[in-house]
Amino acid sequence: MSTLQEHDYIGLSEMDAASDKLSSSDVSTDNEKNNLKETELRLGLPGLGLSLFGEEKDNKSVGGLCSSPFKNFASSGAKRGFSDAIDGSNNWGLSVKVGSEVDLKRGGVDEIHGAHKLGFTGANFSPALKVVEQKKVSSVPAPKAQVIGWPPIRSFRKNTLATNSTKKTDVVEASSSSGCLYVKVSMDGAPYLRKVDLKTYSNYTELSSALEKMFSCFTIGQCTSNGLPEREGLSASCLKDLVHGSEYVLSYEDKDGDWMLVGDVPWDMFTDSCKRLRIMKGSEAIGLAPRVTDKCKNNRQ
Amino acid sequence: MDPSIKSTKEIEVLKQVLPLITSHKDRNSVSQVCKDFYNVERCSRTKVFIGNCYSVSPEMVARRFPNIRSVTLKGKPRFSDFNLVPENWGADVQSWLQVFAEFYPLLEELRLKRMTVSDASLEFLATSFLEFRALSLASCDGFSTDGLEAIATHCKALTELDIQENDMDDVSGDWLSYFPEDFVSLEVLNFSSLNSDVSFDVLEDLVCRCKSLRVLKVNKNITLEQLEKLLIWTPQLMELGTGSFYQELVPHQFRMLEIAFEKCKNLSTLSGLWEATSHNLAVLFPICARLTFLNLSYVNLQSAALTELIAHCSNLRRLWVLDTVEDKGLEAVGSCCPLLEELRVFPAGPFDQDMNYGVTESGLVAVSNGCRRLKYVLYFCMQMTNDAVSTVVQNCPDFTHFRLCIMKPCQPDYVTGEPMDEAFGAVVKSCTKLERLSLSGLLTDLTFEYIGKYAKKLEILSVAFAGSSDLGMQLVLEGCPMLRKLEIRDCPFGDAALLSGLEKYESMRSLWMSTCNLTVNGCKELAKEMPQLNVEVIKDEENDEVADKVYVYRSLAGPRSDAPPFVVSL
Repeated sequence: MSTLQEHDYIGLSEMDAASDKLSSSDVSTDNEKNNLKETELRLGLPGLGLSLFGEEKDNKSVGGLCSSPFKNFASSGAKRGFSDAIDGSNNWGLSVKVGSEVDLKRGGVDEIHGAHKLGFTGANFSPALKVVEQKKVSSVPAPKAQVIGWPPIRSFRKNTLATNSTKKTDVVEASSSSGCLYVKVSMDGAPYLRKVDLKTYSNYTELSSALEKMFSCFTIGQCTSNGLPEREGLSASCLKDLVHGSEYVLSYEDKDGDWMLVGDVPWDMFTDSCKRLRIMKGSEAIGLAPRVTDKCKNNRQ
Repeated sequence: MDPSIKSTKEIEVLKQVLPLITSHKDRNSVSQVCKDFYNVERCSRTKVFIGNCYSVSPEMVARRFPNIRSVTLKGKPRFSDFNLVPENWGADVQSWLQVFAEFYPLLEELRLKRMTVSDASLEFLATSFLEFRALSLASCDGFSTDGLEAIATHCKALTELDIQENDMDDVSGDWLSYFPEDFVSLEVLNFSSLNSDVSFDVLEDLVCRCKSLRVLKVNKNITLEQLEKLLIWTPQLMELGTGSFYQELVPHQFRMLEIAFEKCKNLSTLSGLWEATSHNLAVLFPICARLTFLNLSYVNLQSAALTELIAHCSNLRRLWVLDTVEDKGLEAVGSCCPLLEELRVFPAGPFDQDMNYGVTESGLVAVSNGCRRLKYVLYFCMQMTNDAVSTVVQNCPDFTHFRLCIMKPCQPDYVTGEPMDEAFGAVVKSCTKLERLSLSGLLTDLTFEYIGKYAKKLEILSVAFAGSSDLGMQLVLEGCPMLRKLEIRDCPFGDAALLSGLEKYESMRSLWMSTCNLTVNGCKELAKEMPQLNVEVIKDEENDEVADKVYVYRSLAGPRSDAPPFVVSL
């Protein structure tokens, strides 16, 4: 069985352009894609004032009601009648698989295949209908309309969780989609952090020289105060020595939350899994890898 | 005491006993015995609970109860939490404060829910009541951190400041600095929902000198390192809301934090965390056994992390989590928390385009298998079956609160394709003590038939996208004698359904119906037949005859005078 269309929570779904119309004419036309349509039970939703509720009503006769059940769509414009909604939009449909024994209190027998008279029938319900299978549109999915106030979650919770999830997608998933991947870079002893876009570099060398330039201002002082000889070529080489030589080690936090030494894995793998960078003091890098500490020791001599 | 009360033996006894009776229901009963009892009761009452601020006027309250020290006031209909009530609807607290300032100058406590509160009101509050002690604001709107400054500045005897999830302007964290340096009385401080930074030094000082602090809930900006410093000063703490659990700790820091936690021998409630690493969660393991309430509903935990943590929480009674823990996490809960009475599972990404995670029916079943004492469940899920719910309530017949939210409206049983009628039928049949029920999924009138027939203790019912006809609503109104609050949205209930409850609404606190099939004429009919009810209508934007939102409630105060133009009192 092919995969079910993943409906959003009000049954709007991406539909194949060819097989989407819900109006009665389409239900009765046969084409191979619409074969299933005949057996499709589409339910109108509460609040429609349709014969869903067993009475012979058209859209417009219930106390002047002519409105879609989802008046509270955040993204739909003006309210529309059910038939408008059917004809106008490509992504209507609440397709429901209904069992054969539905004990209902109300309703005469409604035609199942007429688009305007949809709904539950009485006890003598027709046999089980297949679930509609719809193909997902391959391009960018249509923005899903939201029902106002549903699911019932308070604004504070909504807003808090929204910011949390965007924070995560920022760093972890952005690399796969759009063009930038900003990660925080901290340096031990520096008063503030920086951010770099890993996408702008294509290898480790580029990254490290960029970092050198970025953090040189924090290390000049250290150069001299530690008694190391001042070099010519100033900040760049000084930091280079610091970073690659004696004092500092470049590490990163990966997706699993572990701190790793930069440079071990291929560049692409690195950018995929790097969440943040830290320029650590060599003395703190003891936990990372044995050769790091040796390197530090050697360079201090 | 009213001199007209005869001083009989009964009265004398009553005067002794009444101070011990705190339940509103009991006091209400006492007051109905006879006039003398009524008078003794009203003079001795110090706490008043007003569930609907429009059901009575502040003057009426002041007249009846001369000695009130504590007021709880609730305002807007609950669906305002979900943006179904337009702005400027009302429930402004100012008019109440003005009356209180005159009649209750010694007012000590004010707890507000879904009220509009301005900064000016907060300032008025802070300066009008010299003995003011406790302020709690939940789901309120209209104020900013400026208002909190006034509270901090003027309320010298403040013991409680509890700011919970309000729609407020979070301008700055400076308000905390407004507590005077000699201020030491704080027992409850909750600013977890405020995002702006407070000065840590100020917070540390405050916490250090308030030796009676038993509830501290900080916001997510407080780091673990800072938390450790706070905990050193609060070994007596009973409830803690942490800051972010994300900070990278070196072993020394970790150990110190662990020790700080262990020193809090009375800690029974934990919340916050916000962002956590598995590594940091381990710092909690030694204290988990003391916890009775764990609120993880703001931290994205995967099942592995939860499983590890929950294994230590054998005494848990209440657990709130996000659905990121998935069914697997809930299985662990079922295995580890036999004493669990309350479970709430919130959705982490309810509006995400590609929702393919979350919890299903099997998670709930797993919890019910292991936690037979469950009484309260709030469960947001993607799918559910009638069978699963039946199993759950067979395992746990003691439910008093059953709130199920299948997140797609009108979703049937995903296995059988049938409506979810039988699920809720099972709930009301099995759970004879059920007080609160929230429905979801594809539902016909049959659900309401079941509810009307079996849910005899039901007090609160929430309905959305459900029902087939007027009969559904009618069955509930006729069948549930203890119904107090009925809130309905997007259901096919029309005027006939509304009018079938004519005599019922007087015994209820309120009825809310939005986006149903109501007409203004139908509501007018109701208002005409029942003049003692307030019937408020917000008309449909496009059609003047359609009542888009209807709010019906009993009131001693008559139609309200502060209704905005879009609310029509019939």
